[in-house]
Amino acid sequence: MTSPIPWKMESQRSYFAKALIELGEQNPDVVVVGADTTESIKTMDFGKKFPDRLFNVGISEQSMVSLAAGLAAAGKVAFASTYAVFGAAHTYNVIRQSVAYTKLPVKLFCSHAGLTVGPDGATHQLNEDIGLMRGLPNMAVLVPADGPQTAKATHAAAAWPGPVYCRFSRANFPTVTSMDDPFEIGRSYVMRDGSDVTLAGCGIMVSRCLQAAQDLDHAGVSARVVNVATLKPLDAATIGKAARETGGIVTAEEHSVVHGLGSAIAGAVVQERPVPMEFVGVRDVFGESGDGFELLEKYGLTAAKVVEAARRVMKRRGK
Amino acid sequence: MAEVSEATIRELEDRARLLRRHILKMTHQVQSGHPGGSMSACDIVTALYFHVLRVDPANSVWPDRDRFVISKGHACPVLYAALAERGFFPVEELMTFRRIDSRLQGHPEYGTTPGVENAAGAEGQGLSFSVGLALAARLDRKAWRTYCLLGDGEQDVGQTWEAALAASKYHLDNLTAIIDRNGIQQEGRTEEILPLEPLADKWKAFGWNVLTINGHDLRQILTGVDEAHAHKGQPTVIIAKTTKGKGVSFMENVVRYHGAATTDEELKRALAELGEVVP
Repeated sequence: MTSPIPWKMESQRSYFAKALIELGEQNPDVVVVGADTTESIKTMDFGKKFPDRLFNVGISEQSMVSLAAGLAAAGKVAFASTYAVFGAAHTYNVIRQSVAYTKLPVKLFCSHAGLTVGPDGATHQLNEDIGLMRGLPNMAVLVPADGPQTAKATHAAAAWPGPVYCRFSRANFPTVTSMDDPFEIGRSYVMRDGSDVTLAGCGIMVSRCLQAAQDLDHAGVSARVVNVATLKPLDAATIGKAARETGGIVTAEEHSVVHGLGSAIAGAVVQERPVPMEFVGVRDVFGESGDGFELLEKYGLTAAKVVEAARRVMKRRGK
Repeated sequence: MAEVSEATIRELEDRARLLRRHILKMTHQVQSGHPGGSMSACDIVTALYFHVLRVDPANSVWPDRDRFVISKGHACPVLYAALAERGFFPVEELMTFRRIDSRLQGHPEYGTTPGVENAAGAEGQGLSFSVGLALAARLDRKAWRTYCLLGDGEQDVGQTWEAALAASKYHLDNLTAIIDRNGIQQEGRTEEILPLEPLADKWKAFGWNVLTINGHDLRQILTGVDEAHAHKGQPTVIIAKTTKGKGVSFMENVVRYHGAATTDEELKRALAELGEVVP
């Protein structure tokens, strides 16, 4: 293994909060609904600036979602924001009926997703939200890799005509993009070119794919890294091109392998050109308490595991 | 609101009988749907659509219209019947209810059916949605009002009470909830399945202005709505005491007609009771 890339670690929530305030300044119709987590998600910053446009409904996540849909039905750009386990899992049928079925422009921005929630334990570590949200018709699903991309996702979601789910984390993430990078809903971005294998990641695993690519490069393997920031609609063109040109794909996500990024990409790839694939992710288990980054190690969400998976992919196709 | 004449009340009663006939025919032609809870809410919906709501059938998305949110989505036959008779879409379309390619879904779909303001079917979401609408109207300093029709079965749903707390927090006096208190849910009497009484006390305790009326007396309905308008600083809930299956003797207060259509023979008898002149 090569030396670790010295990432700058930054809060996605801070970027989200700043972007919300920018949106609030640009558009008086932007409103935010929270559920007793406004301080920790930093939507309170928006509320301090625009006190009449932040609605904190307490621990009433179901009501938060339908209420945001009502605001949207009356012409508002309605953000609803809380922790993923409450905002995306507890509320599933409410999102389905009040938001996805209606196609109303509700922007569900959920923090504290995945294992990196850490010490709060399995009840709070939602590793299933990508699958839940991807399964809903009309729902766009975003998983920004870092702070800057979270800010861009916030702006893009506000401009998107329909419902959006965006997941991010409590932990500070390595900053792998810059505010100058492009971002569009529905696009994946090649972060590093390569020809022997593709490493497709989302969220924090993008940084780990970049580390893995550096390690593989040291061993003479050329790995392409794709940042799949939109899980739905999936950028089938970029994924398909990577499959054709590199002949094998490793997916990496801080999410269950049952129905997340890996499944989405496999579904796209097998329709166009099947290639060997390996899946790095949470292996259909609940998490546990612990430091978030230690949990990533314990559950196999590491650059080293991505490297191993890349080698298996290459072996399977005889390289 | 100005004094309502006897003639207006008679006219509304006729209109309600017409809507009840539509409900029976719509559910009969497809042998599914929920006639009981549609008929219990029929006088409320009639009063709203033919006397209270400021809506424009020619421009169903007029931004300043009043909003009627049907939280008890299974009662959509009464809403569709009212919308059709109010001119939002052709009356003939009612007979496509629940059939393939129809705009009249088994439970309301948002954005498809002219005049329908929300999606409903899974119970308990409508009041929160209405709170969002009412908050938006207030933010925009608009005079339009939001009315939400709830079932009493929906009083079982936690989200209803989440919404009750939120409406109270925000003092939403531009929001009126109306509970169709027919006392019956899918499997039986509400007081046996999950007792609700004292229901008015619960809403009072949640910070609402509570009115209790006879939900089949059109004058009481209109007076209740007037009182709700006049009441400031709190949302109002009107507990409308109703009879499931109201208007047809053999359907009244019978649990079965929550979700069962009439047979051919029953339909004939029911329509006769409701004054349909058979040529």
